[in-house]
Amino acid sequence: MVFRLLKYGLSHRYPVTGDIPATPDLKPRYDVVIIGGGGHGLSCAYHLARYHGIRRVAVLEKGWLAGGNTSRNTTTIRSNYLTPQGIAFYKEGLELFAAMSDELDFNIMFSQRGQLTLAHTEATMRAFHTRAEAGTYMGTRIEVVDPKGVEALCPELNMDYGGALEILGGLWHADGATARHDAVAWGYAAQAARCGVEIHQRTEVDGIEIAAGRVTGVVTSRGAIACDHVLIACGGMNYHVAQMAGVELPIRTYPLQAMVTQPVKPWLNILISSVSLHTYLVQSSRGEVVIGGGSDPYQLYSTRSTLDMKEHLAEGSVHLFPFLQGVRVLRQWAGITDMTPDYSPIMGASPVTNLWLDCGWGTWGFKATGVAGKRLAECIATGRVPAILHPFALERFERFALLNEMGATAASH
Amino acid sequence: MKLLTCPMNGPRNIDEFQYLGPVRDDADPDTASDAAWARHVFRAANPPGRLLEWWRHVPTNFVFVAERDTVSNDVIRTFDPATAERP
Repeated sequence: MVFRLLKYGLSHRYPVTGDIPATPDLKPRYDVVIIGGGGHGLSCAYHLARYHGIRRVAVLEKGWLAGGNTSRNTTTIRSNYLTPQGIAFYKEGLELFAAMSDELDFNIMFSQRGQLTLAHTEATMRAFHTRAEAGTYMGTRIEVVDPKGVEALCPELNMDYGGALEILGGLWHADGATARHDAVAWGYAAQAARCGVEIHQRTEVDGIEIAAGRVTGVVTSRGAIACDHVLIACGGMNYHVAQMAGVELPIRTYPLQAMVTQPVKPWLNILISSVSLHTYLVQSSRGEVVIGGGSDPYQLYSTRSTLDMKEHLAEGSVHLFPFLQGVRVLRQWAGITDMTPDYSPIMGASPVTNLWLDCGWGTWGFKATGVAGKRLAECIATGRVPAILHPFALERFERFALLNEMGATAASH
Repeated sequence: MKLLTCPMNGPRNIDEFQYLGPVRDDADPDTASDAAWARHVFRAANPPGRLLEWWRHVPTNFVFVAERDTVSNDVIRTFDPATAERP
């Protein structure tokens, strides 16, 4: 055994090649430059190379691979939205997740365990009925359940809490799922790299070059690059990066805070969220309870945590599951979210030709990692925005044609 | 707890305050075009850096302006717009 280990260690086949190649030198020219090496950007790079034959693609990442919101979100995948346009898009996103481990030959630990959103007021129950009807019409698995149904789905829930904010019912979304977020980014990155996509970590974009209303290149911390297309997929920094191209996005930037407890025995089989408590919980496969998500009350580009937001999350969690009161918090973090006025993303064309937007993902972007990348790759490859993305165009804010998903988004990830 | 200095009440815990968003100029209802209205409704200043913004001290209902750095979260100054010159 020792001898074999020694022989392996000294052999030429060691060290084993990693999934992600080291950052290469920048070339002077690429067909497509993707700003942002998170899940969305890597997914777009993968779809360009794999399905559209566009392999001269550079993904530029200021920090390290998937170090932003891809690794900071709380991994909820669902399609229980309100508008038919929203549901159609997120449904496709969910279907891509279900097939992703096979597609990428990378175990993303997709677990379709269902999501239960709790109502503590009659108004929330009415909103749930609307969402259930809309979701059923669009072909997703969604239904309103009464308190007995809630108890059957999650017997550990504290149903009345002494009369304050008692649970009146829930919205059961059997399609709801979770997955390992870093695996999603790594899977896309590994397969994109295998197709010839270059991933440049620690490469910051300082400017976007435009000539005659058309994007011509980007200026980076490692030199200038010429290119035909640029995709902005920078999560929390989208407003700032779009400004480099003179595009002013209707975005306000806020941190979203989350935390995780020490590992405990598996007991929570489903994803739980509460609209009124602004708290959602999921137990990870390691047994930790992941708790999100409190949006900070004022604009900020910082990933610091605050005690009052953590107290708020703890209060909501203990309200729902009183036996969590002695459990310790293991880690805490925040992500920077780019919030749009209507809680829907901004995807597709920008006022600058061949500058494409994958922005406004706020607190709800992880579930769309696959579909946003796939559909934006289609935009770049064909030069046309597919119909499924039309409702998410930036122009909707000029036409007052908003796609309001606030009720289906806020605090119910 | 982070402190915010109210021009009337002095330094108070920031959870006593309500955030009212970035300061912006009003659109003129008589002359503004549809595009200008849309811009006024949906676009707000969101720079990584210094930002002028409205705050309200909730217990005293006192509304004022703060200048804050949105990267470091340092409050640079607070003032009562009724008595101070806006920069």
